Amino acid sequence: MNTPETTTMDRRSFLRLSAVAGGGLVLGFYLDAVPGLGAAEMTNASASTAAAGTFAPNAFIRIAPEGAVTIFAHKPEIGQGIKTSLPTIVAEELEVDWQTVTVVTAPLDAAFGSQSAGGSNSTPSSYMNLRRAGATARAMLIEAAAQTWSVPAGECRAEKGRVLHDASKRSLAYGELVAKAATLPVPAADSVKLKDPKDFKLIGTRIGGVDNSKIVTGQPLFGLDQKIPGMLYAVYAKCPVFGGKVVKANTDRIKKLPGVRDAFVIEGKSGLMPGVAILADSTWAAFSARKQLQVTWNEGPAVNESWTAFAEQAAELGPKPGKNVLRKDGNIDAVFGSAAKVVEAQYLYPFLSHANLEPQNCTAFVQGDQVEIWAPSQNPGPGQKLVADTLGVPVANIKVHITRIGGGFGRRLMNDYMVEAAAISQKAKAPVKLTWTREDDMQHGFYRPGGFHFLKGAVDKNGALAAWKNHFVTFGTTPDKPGTGAGLGADEFPARFVENFVSETTVLTCNIPMGWWRAPGSCTIAWVMQSFLDELAHAAGVDPLAFRLTLLGEKDVAPTSDQRGPGFSAARTKGVLKLVAEKAGWGKPLPKGKGQGIAFHFSHRGYVAQVAEVTVSKDGTLKVERVVSVADVGSEIINLSGAENQVEGSIVDGLSAAWLQQLNYENGRMQQANFNDYLLLRIADAPKVECHFLKTDNPVTGLGEPALPPLAPAVCNAIFAATGKRIRELPLSKADLSWS
Amino acid sequence: MTFKLSVNGQTHTVDATPDTPLLWVLRDQLNLVGTKYGCGVGMCGACTIHLNGQAVRSCQLPVSAVTGQKIVTIEGLAENASHPLQRAWIELDVPQCGYCQSGQIMSAAALLANNPKPTDSDIDGAMTGNLCRCATYNRIRAGIHRAVELTAGTEVVK
Repeated sequence: MNTPETTTMDRRSFLRLSAVAGGGLVLGFYLDAVPGLGAAEMTNASASTAAAGTFAPNAFIRIAPEGAVTIFAHKPEIGQGIKTSLPTIVAEELEVDWQTVTVVTAPLDAAFGSQSAGGSNSTPSSYMNLRRAGATARAMLIEAAAQTWSVPAGECRAEKGRVLHDASKRSLAYGELVAKAATLPVPAADSVKLKDPKDFKLIGTRIGGVDNSKIVTGQPLFGLDQKIPGMLYAVYAKCPVFGGKVVKANTDRIKKLPGVRDAFVIEGKSGLMPGVAILADSTWAAFSARKQLQVTWNEGPAVNESWTAFAEQAAELGPKPGKNVLRKDGNIDAVFGSAAKVVEAQYLYPFLSHANLEPQNCTAFVQGDQVEIWAPSQNPGPGQKLVADTLGVPVANIKVHITRIGGGFGRRLMNDYMVEAAAISQKAKAPVKLTWTREDDMQHGFYRPGGFHFLKGAVDKNGALAAWKNHFVTFGTTPDKPGTGAGLGADEFPARFVENFVSETTVLTCNIPMGWWRAPGSCTIAWVMQSFLDELAHAAGVDPLAFRLTLLGEKDVAPTSDQRGPGFSAARTKGVLKLVAEKAGWGKPLPKGKGQGIAFHFSHRGYVAQVAEVTVSKDGTLKVERVVSVADVGSEIINLSGAENQVEGSIVDGLSAAWLQQLNYENGRMQQANFNDYLLLRIADAPKVECHFLKTDNPVTGLGEPALPPLAPAVCNAIFAATGKRIRELPLSKADLSWS
Repeated sequence: MTFKLSVNGQTHTVDATPDTPLLWVLRDQLNLVGTKYGCGVGMCGACTIHLNGQAVRSCQLPVSAVTGQKIVTIEGLAENASHPLQRAWIELDVPQCGYCQSGQIMSAAALLANNPKPTDSDIDGAMTGNLCRCATYNRIRAGIHRAVELTAGTEVVK
């Protein structure tokens, strides 16, 4: 079997503009980076091609003489729908019939700029560029037709893959214009006219995923589906204690087991964890041999670490002043001394796994200094660099094919599986597919960090928020800096909206690898902030929606403290809050045991508010009945079907995490190993979701993440409304919700 | 050892240790990679296939236990994605990452074969063994109901 989903593109085909061998037209463009949106990644990606970086070469469109239109999807598809939505943007401006377009996943190539998919950034960083790419091609095809007919280009228009001259009732198909178009100069990207959004035919409609037919028939698409001739099947055993090293292993015995071809220790280095590789004729032979593997580990210092000890440390540190002061506004002590109501609370949440359903894996073939890789990576560029550094081969010698990915959620921004596969192939001198077991996956993650928040808030005699203090005890690998996804922004709401505000952090050092987990930071911070706001609203005797609206006040945008990024729009926040309240019937009277909860969050440039409705039976059984969501991600929803999928998925994913998930960390290792002890929500517990979008006159931004953070606080606030029980520790399955 | 398997109407002779799960025989030897590995312990349902018409987890089935029995995988469910579930999945754009969906469809197909008009509660019961990490559950449910409609429509046309 081959690797049908990855396409080899000759580097020469990315020349700015060239007729290709078959006479087709390859349109390549130098396009502006969108200021403030992904400019940095464009600069990095263009290092191999352009002088100091305001331009990046992109090559997205191919039109063959017979009219076939191919659009390259340059970002990894992890389930966020980007393989469908980004080419849709190109097709919209190109004016082609979507049904005639073939979408092909691009290989890793600097011509496409950054090919990382993370931070819900693919849409905002690509939207205008891809529109210009499509519009430029359309302009050139129109010009080619105008020259053919000797009429002004202004009299021609494009529609469904043809250029039309209405006055003379003539038309030519794009394929017929390819040869001439290829001889024309590429117009400056900013000189081409983009479509008026009111004329959009594709953007804003429902478009099914381009791979759906292949998915429902089981065709090979994913990393784990790749197969190359002569390939061996590899597993890689690492120390269950984080940071542990191999002392010795019974590889001599392993090599003699049925189906095993080789077994060896890899010492490891920066970016490559040490371990023992077993290579076999089949996945099962490798898995079976692994059960006979005996390794003596040097477990290292992490073996003395545990969650319980960290929680004790946090409890001691929490009431003391934080080590780092993120922000100090006004005089909280004066307010706490005189306020009408003062509330104190501690919130805590555990480490989580990404638990991608497709375990980490990678196929690699290293031949001397030439490397070819098939990787389910969200972040293939840095993966290529990591492999180059680790193996000691030039980046230019490493060809990376990007496969469809069985779930990203941030885990595949890391490329540990890629460098492992490459290192194993290099040492074995054979093509290998490395497959992690589920247990490997759960015990060797880059985890969503746990954390502890020590909060104190005050409301004044009018029932408004008067002071807010948070000491966030978090985790890091060094004491001076929170780990990845473990930080807190100095501007995090309600900063800037309450006069007296203090935010502090203290970092507990640990050996747990931390990483980006869907809506990093926000996925936990929103729960803490929006839950505690709810506590204060109830303490004040004010409706939780009204309390939030009063707090947001009348100003429109609160600029960021460091003057970077677009700031926080109170107006957009109020917009989604008011609409979600209306759609959910906020405030309707409910009997005890039923409740509504509201929450909002701003992250990844998106504003989302949600209302959850729950039923809690007297014995404490929870059912989340319905979640109503309103998202403001700018002026357009590119693909309504995909957008709704992201919101529904975020809501159920957020519920799954908040309700059920927890990793116990003891003796330097994660105690959970598979889906029997690390639970994912199942179909019967998925709430009904109502998904609304509030279109506003703002840049179009991403939806992979921003709908997740408000879910947990909306549900927990609803549980409080239903039962009077406040959830201050996740997962909420640990709480006794019974009432009488 | 060699084993004779009937997969999607074809007979295959495979060489494997008797304890090899059918999952890995399908994927590594027969190149039928639509059946997915998710957990290896029967907890996620990504490896669901039909054994004599019943939805089962192929990661829990030793190859030695299934010789001569009727095995159907997602690749053999229907010609050209024509099964009502496949059509409904495409129509409603059910997949997100898509990794679990062949297992979801195989579980749903076994449900519909035995219960042509399932209630939501029937769906909960039949589909509870299939995890979807992207959480497409609401569309899976809608997809099953839509497949029932498509099946009825086909019958009317006939």
